[in-house]
Formats: sequence, structure tokens, C-alpha cells
Amino acid sequence: MSVTEMFTYIQGFLSADQDVREDIRKVVQVLEQTAREILTLLQSVHQPTGFKDIPSKCLKARELFSTVRTHMGELKTKFPVEQYYRFHEHWRFVLQRLGFLAAFVVYLESESLVTREEVAKILGIEVDREKGFHLDVEDYLAGVLIMASELSRLAVNSVTSGDYGRPLRISNFINELDSGFRLLNLKNDPLRKRYDGLKYDVKKIEEVVYDLSIRGLAKEQEAGGDK
Amino acid sequence: MSKREGEGCPRKRKTDVTQTQKNDQRETSNINPSSAVLSAFKVFQQELDTKHDKYERLVKLSRDITIESKRTIFLLHRVTSVPNVEEVLEEADGKLDAVRQKIGQIAEELRGEDLYQFHRAFTPGIQEYVEAVSFQHFIRHRTLISLEEINARLVFMKGEKAEAKSDQVVTPCQDPAVLTFQVTPTDYLLGVADLTGELMRMCITSVGNGDMDTPFQLGSFLREVHDGFAFIGNTGPYEVSKKLHTLRQSLAKVEDACYTLRVRGSEIPKHMLADVFSSRAVLLDTDEGMG
Repeated sequence: MSVTEMFTYIQGFLSADQDVREDIRKVVQVLEQTAREILTLLQSVHQPTGFKDIPSKCLKARELFSTVRTHMGELKTKFPVEQYYRFHEHWRFVLQRLGFLAAFVVYLESESLVTREEVAKILGIEVDREKGFHLDVEDYLAGVLIMASELSRLAVNSVTSGDYGRPLRISNFINELDSGFRLLNLKNDPLRKRYDGLKYDVKKIEEVVYDLSIRGLAKEQEAGGDK
Repeated sequence: MSKREGEGCPRKRKTDVTQTQKNDQRETSNINPSSAVLSAFKVFQQELDTKHDKYERLVKLSRDITIESKRTIFLLHRVTSVPNVEEVLEEADGKLDAVRQKIGQIAEELRGEDLYQFHRAFTPGIQEYVEAVSFQHFIRHRTLISLEEINARLVFMKGEKAEAKSDQVVTPCQDPAVLTFQVTPTDYLLGVADLTGELMRMCITSVGNGDMDTPFQLGSFLREVHDGFAFIGNTGPYEVSKKLHTLRQSLAKVEDACYTLRVRGSEIPKHMLADVFSSRAVLLDTDEGMG
């Protein structure tokens, strides 16, 4: 094989590669758009008015997730399934955002941590790599960490809206999450960087809980206050 | 910070209370270590640890491959100064076989995994291997080794029993005893880009030994490779365009050498020509050291 032939072959490979990336980028853009819509919808829980109808907001978000599932199905067709990690970078960000949104919806509904299986189901993807387009464990964890900062914000805003019980529950939840993350041996990677931010969320929520308990506000709604 | 300072006196007490409260909560969560969240995280811990361990093993293998390939390249540089070229080439063959064993271990690690998930761990080693193997191929055949030829030699027969779980992604062949490793076109391309640096070096030293044909052969080969890279241009990944610059420099050096040979070859007696170029080679070597 001559040098020219060899390079022509490689050039062909490279441009095919670029075409695939272009296709993926288009679908990912649509996914990002939907993710923003869901986020806007859920942001209203921070408003005093939106605080009352959280269940209906969650229902609407769930509806939007069905659009996500359709686009995910489209994304799957854009590349060979065994080359997931070759193009991983393209959808990593949006997958983490969607993981966060799914986790947030589930928390608002049931105040529990979404499992990886549930996220995968909400997004219409798989858990195991062998079965096809899947949710990488690091992406799932990153999504959970984004939710932690959202919850610390929610704790503050729920006090403003007069819901004094919620911060205590959030605090318990975040503490459990924190001890969960302590079990992991993280390398010096993006996930680790994000995890380092978790302690500030924990601290913020503890401060809110403290403010409530010294004023006796926590006791009004829940017996779980200190003293 | 200034906000915290603004709170002044109560601050001290505040942290204390928060601290005890925090401890209380730790205890409550410690009481129940089998909670759903914690047990889920234990699974994640295992999964991440397994992945990181595998990654580290691959990095180590890649290092070994790099070192061995570099040594092979140094060995191959001796062909310009020894009478029996074939002997050196055979020794290099032996070394490359050892390197291939290591690549076989990588393939073993990647059995049932996604090649690209761990690609970053072993790409430097593979590039160096491509460089070494293509260098040897060039010395022997004066042509560029193709990607298929490289991949054809990376098929490993394993005597031991393969695990039952062998739905390979890396190895699409049916027989679980056969493992293949596929060099990606990008790795191949980057390896070939490195090869040009070695060829430049070989060109300069061969002049030093009074070899008047090799430089011209190398010159035309390098031009072909350069044209190939120019054809790919910026469709390739970022690293390729970075190496293109170095490639231009190598090509310029070789062309320069050929030019000098042509112009002055007729004037200067052979033994003096050697002196001219060996001093030049030293200069180029120090250049290389920085790159």
C-alpha cells in the first residue's frame, strides 16, 4: 500500500468520524433545549407561589421527560453502540444535567434519592454498558451533586416561603448523601472537583437549620428540633 | 468572608452549636449504615475502584511499552553504522515481540470493555509502538507500514481458558481464545508523525557514515508523508495539526541536507563531508531534546 493510499484511507476514516460527530451534536443540542425547559419549569419551586403546587410541576416535568426519551432514542441511532465512550464527551454534559433534573423531580415527589436505575428509566436508557446506551456511574453521581447544590438553595427559599420543616428534611438527606460520597475513593477528576463543592452545600443547609432552631421555628412544624 | 466577620460575636458560639448538631446527625446516619443510599454508594465505590484499578494497570503497561519501544528505536538507529543490518533488525524483532506481548496484556485487560473508555491510558504507548514498528519496517522495505499490517500482528492466541463472559467489543472474533488489538487510525497517524522525526535523525547520521543514497530516499519518503499529512490537514484531531509543524521542520532539515550533499558533494572529499554532517547532527540532536 502506497503512502498516498494509506493517507487517503485515513482521511476517509476521519471525515466519516466528523460526520458522526456532527450528527450527534445536532441531537445533543435538542436535548439541551429540552433540559433547559425542564429546568425553567422546576425553577419555579423556589418562588413562594410555586411552592404550593410542586406535584403539578413534577407532573409537567415528567411529561417533558418523554420528549427526552424520544431524543435519546434518536441519539442512539447516530453511532455504533459499542463506541459509546468514543463520543462520550459530546453528551456527557447534557446527560449530567438530565440526571440532575430527574433526581430533582424524584426528590420533590418522594424526598428520596433517585437510584441509577430510575434515572436510566426516566431518560429511556440502560444501566449496564453491555445492554446499549447507558448511564455512566460518574455521570449519575455528578447529576446527584448538582442536585445537592440545588437543594441547598431550596432550603433557603423554603424558609422564605414559610416552610420551616423542609430544611430539616433536606439537611438529613444531604447528610446521608455526604456520608455516601465519603465512601468513594475519587481520583483527581472532574467528579472529585464537583464533590469538593458538596461540603459548602452541607454547610449552607446546616446554617439554615441552625437559624431555625435557635429561633424555635423548627419545633413548630416538626418534633425533630434540638434541645 | 466579610459577611461572616460582620456577624461578629455570636459567630464563635454558632460554629460550636453547628458542630455538635452535625455530630448528632452523623450519629443518626451512622446508626443505620444499611440505608438504601449508603448501600447504593457501596456499589458505586466498588464500581469506581475496579475502573480506576484497571486504568492504572493500563497506564503501567503503556509506560512499559513506551520504554521498550524507545529502546528499540535507539537500537535501530545503529543500522547506519554497523555492517550487518540484518542482525540489528533481527534483534529489534525480538524486542518488538516483547512489546507485542505487553500489548497482548492490554488486549486482555480490555476484553469485554469499551476500547475508548480507557483509550487515554494507553495511547502514548501505542503511538510509540507504531513509531518503532514503522521505523523497522521502513529500514527493511523502504515503505510505509500500513495500519492493517500493524493490526495483523496484534492478534494473540491465548492458551488459557477464556472466561465465559466473552461478548467482546474489542475482539469481535468468535473464538474466545483469539484476542485482537486494534490500533486506531488516529494513534497510527500520530505514530507516523513521530516516525518522521526518527527518519530525519537517521538521514543526518547516515550522511555522517558516508552513505550517499539513504538521504535522498529518506527525502522523497518524507515528502510523501508530508503530502499525506497536508492532505488530511485540519480534518484530523488537534494533536495531528500540532505535529504537522514539527514534521515540516524535520522535512526542512532533510531537504537541507540533501541540498548540501548535491551542491557540495562534488567539491568536498568524502571523509571531510562526514565531518561537516556529524557536527550538524549534534546540533540537531540538541534541538530534538527540547521537543
